[in-house]
Amino acid sequence: MTDVTSLWSYLATTPLIWLTITILAYLVADGVARRLGNPPWANPVLLSVLLIAPVLWLTRTDYSTYFEGAQFIHFLLGPATVALALPLWDNRDTIRTSVAPIMLALVVGSIVAAGSAILLARAFGLPMEVLLSLAPKSTTAPVALGISEAIGGIPALTAVLVIMTGIIGAVAVTPLMNLLRITDWRARGFAVGVAAHGIGTARAFQVNPVAGAYAGIAMALNALLTSLIVPLLVRWLV
Amino acid sequence: MLQTLGLLLGCQLLGEMTVRGFGLAMPGPVLGLTLLVLILTRMPILAERLRPTSTVILANLSFLFVPAGVGVIGNLEALSGDGIALLVILTLSTVLSMLATVGTFIGVRHVTERWTT
Repeated sequence: MTDVTSLWSYLATTPLIWLTITILAYLVADGVARRLGNPPWANPVLLSVLLIAPVLWLTRTDYSTYFEGAQFIHFLLGPATVALALPLWDNRDTIRTSVAPIMLALVVGSIVAAGSAILLARAFGLPMEVLLSLAPKSTTAPVALGISEAIGGIPALTAVLVIMTGIIGAVAVTPLMNLLRITDWRARGFAVGVAAHGIGTARAFQVNPVAGAYAGIAMALNALLTSLIVPLLVRWLV
Repeated sequence: MLQTLGLLLGCQLLGEMTVRGFGLAMPGPVLGLTLLVLILTRMPILAERLRPTSTVILANLSFLFVPAGVGVIGNLEALSGDGIALLVILTLSTVLSMLATVGTFIGVRHVTERWTT
């Protein structure tokens, strides 16, 4: 019989096991979410994390070991962002006729995303470096980390806050928009893309392809705008 | 599939190189996205070749965020004692931002549609 401990010590040193576990966890999470009809609260990212975290804890695996396997998945975020060009291209005619709503909603949404975070952090009396880490939370992670570092925040904290924001937006968007009886998929998708970057965009694609396309545009444009707006808002509001 | 992957990675690479080279404040993949749209305006025929692989990638976009999501669990101590306050702030701020965005989008759309019709 194979010695379980030596088998484990072999597996734990290869990226294979954590890559496989991440895929399996996602298949289970996505399968459950689909079977339930993709309700907002059954977010596949959140469910996958809740499945993987106990496995890491039980096997006493640290995140850097896990990431040696998971980095192959994480890497694909880059080409996936480039692939958003296709839904953008497919919707080029309606995008061309909605340039004004897109641009104004982007500016307003981006200012409210960062401004409300700064003002709420002040109201809660949070320390300055936490406030600064919070300000860029609605934009995509690489941009948010760069801004956080530039204005004196803690990039590691920003990384956590960005992902939490994405999951909150992805869970909240459907009930919120249904409550407001908003039926325009362009507006619904655009809102979640501005407020909740790629994780919100993933939710939008789950619900409707037009919403997904507009969320992708919003995420890309907000990545450009947030790095201009956040330093200004910090100067005015802090 | 390999052609699509090559094109996507090529656009990303050009995007990353441009961003680094000029010290731009945007992520390389976003510039890569813009580049691919420009390529599609020149060669619309490419869209159908990109479609099968791109559709699979975008349909599983959530999957690609799982490693970063697991990173949150491993980094929860970064929230120190402010976890609850931060959760409340993030929820309020995200909802406010979505309300402001959707309100502006629909308001401006109504105004511009009235002008054009």
